[in-house]
Amino acid sequence: MPGLLALAVLLLVLIAAPYVLYPVFVMKVLCFALFACAFNLLIGFAGLLSFGHAAFFGGAAYITAHTVKVWGLPPELGILLGTAFSATLGLAFGALAIRRQGIYFAMITLALSQMVFFMALQLKFTGGEDGIQAVPRGHLFGMIDLSQPMAMYYTVLAVFLFGFMVIWRTVHSPFGQVLKAIRENEPRAISLGYRTDHYKLMAFVLSAALAGLAGGTKAIVFQLATLTDVQWQMSGAVVLMTLLGGIGTLFGPVVGAALVVTLENYLAASNLPVPVVIGVIFVACVLLFRRGIVGEIAARFGGKRP
Amino acid sequence: MSTIFGIPPQALFGQLLLGLINGSFYALLSLGLAVIFGMLNVINFAHGALYMLGAFVAWLLLTMAGIGYWWALLLAPLVVGAFGVILEKTLLSRLYKLDHLYGLLLTFGLALIVEGVFRHFYGVSGQPYPIPDLLRGGQNLGFMFLPNYRGWVVVASLVVCLATWYAIERTKLGAYLRAATENPVLVQAFGINVPLMITATYGFGVALAGLAGVLAAPIYQVSPLMGSNLIIVVFAVVVIGGMGSILGAVLTGYGLGLLEGLTKVFYPEASNIVVFVIMAVVLLIKPAGLFGRER
Repeated sequence: MPGLLALAVLLLVLIAAPYVLYPVFVMKVLCFALFACAFNLLIGFAGLLSFGHAAFFGGAAYITAHTVKVWGLPPELGILLGTAFSATLGLAFGALAIRRQGIYFAMITLALSQMVFFMALQLKFTGGEDGIQAVPRGHLFGMIDLSQPMAMYYTVLAVFLFGFMVIWRTVHSPFGQVLKAIRENEPRAISLGYRTDHYKLMAFVLSAALAGLAGGTKAIVFQLATLTDVQWQMSGAVVLMTLLGGIGTLFGPVVGAALVVTLENYLAASNLPVPVVIGVIFVACVLLFRRGIVGEIAARFGGKRP
Repeated sequence: MSTIFGIPPQALFGQLLLGLINGSFYALLSLGLAVIFGMLNVINFAHGALYMLGAFVAWLLLTMAGIGYWWALLLAPLVVGAFGVILEKTLLSRLYKLDHLYGLLLTFGLALIVEGVFRHFYGVSGQPYPIPDLLRGGQNLGFMFLPNYRGWVVVASLVVCLATWYAIERTKLGAYLRAATENPVLVQAFGINVPLMITATYGFGVALAGLAGVLAAPIYQVSPLMGSNLIIVVFAVVVIGGMGSILGAVLTGYGLGLLEGLTKVFYPEASNIVVFVIMAVVLLIKPAGLFGRER
């Protein structure tokens, strides 16, 4: 059971992490890791490359930030509403996008997410270029004060683990098996009698909802929702995280997100232009190691694709 | 008749002209994308960055070497095309046997690099590029004022689009090209150098983007960001038009530019998203696009 072993190690590392590393940094990694895992559910297990996941991540961040700050909702309800918003948005976008496949699918999701970006730029409640700032963290369930760094950290960890387990469960369920069948050979899955559009749409909604969960949580952690979260560059960043860690592996997106966030933090202090470095890594991943870090390790030691 | 539907005609025609100009760029860029997609099966995400590169080459030629607009109109597309040939030979050609998605991802990375480099050296603020002397001033058409340069852009892009359409649909070389997109192995067996044709096609497609960049330089500011926002609209244009036909790319480009201009007059808030709304509607009714066929 290498998978369960890896999960146990990951869990231990994450529980101990805030005592070694700066908690806000680890929380950032966790939020993006969940985002990347949600994205990977689509590309890695259903073979759908969405280039518009920033819409779900950022959209949920705006909804959570607004409901918590302006309506005064408790954080758990705000995150829940953000997630519900992304799931609904995912249903609408997914229903449109799955009408086409491959690169068309990618272009359609990208274009639709750009629509969300322009709305975030123009609607009143989003605060335009400034975004929604100074979102209160509040009290979880009215009891736990999230302004305490450790309380916030373990809340984020719980959210991440919940999302990760949902994905784990999905992948190892009959539903996940059908998704893999669609990824490998869609016409065959259709001829076996599966309504593949139905499955793809469900996977899309689930992925959008989890991306929203990550975005809503991020809004509470950083007390902020801005245009950066809905920009298409964010969609690109999540693709990179997944590609770097390993498309179609469960742990790959987590590793990829940790690396990209670390790299961005490191580069921000240096003189090197961040997009160029990110772009070079992108090109290198596509040309040299398409399986990603976890994928390469699994192929070398595990013998089969996890 | 002082107003049309409650809008002063000056404003209406002004916005329609702006729409037509935007449409010219949509058409030129989606045409290049369509040509590249037909031959390489790659969605060239770097198209926006190469358009930006074209504008910057023109600007650099002017500021560094004093080479003016008319030479830039020839040189910049050549430079961008040559750059494209290098990219295709060294990077893209390694991916043809794989899933088409990797071509998209590779060109996305390339776009980040090209834009990042220019952003690093020139920041995000735009650089002005003067309108060439020959095209200064404008014409009074009676119902509106038409700046000469804008008229020139529309005419130039129309000519280039029609010439490309003619070359692909009506000449022998175009026939080889279309045959090679259908069955490259067979065409190669007839003694035609298909890999060379693929490289040349990519070079030509990105040269079109470079040309669009030079045309755009005197209208918009020359800035590292000018391509990244445009490219997504062009993607929507491509989805609406459908990749099947060259003519579809061109007509949809102009049509959507005009529609965007009209929206700016009647409901400005929606002008940024009208193209995406149209895309959603077209997908609902005709998933293959207006001029496309199911592949």
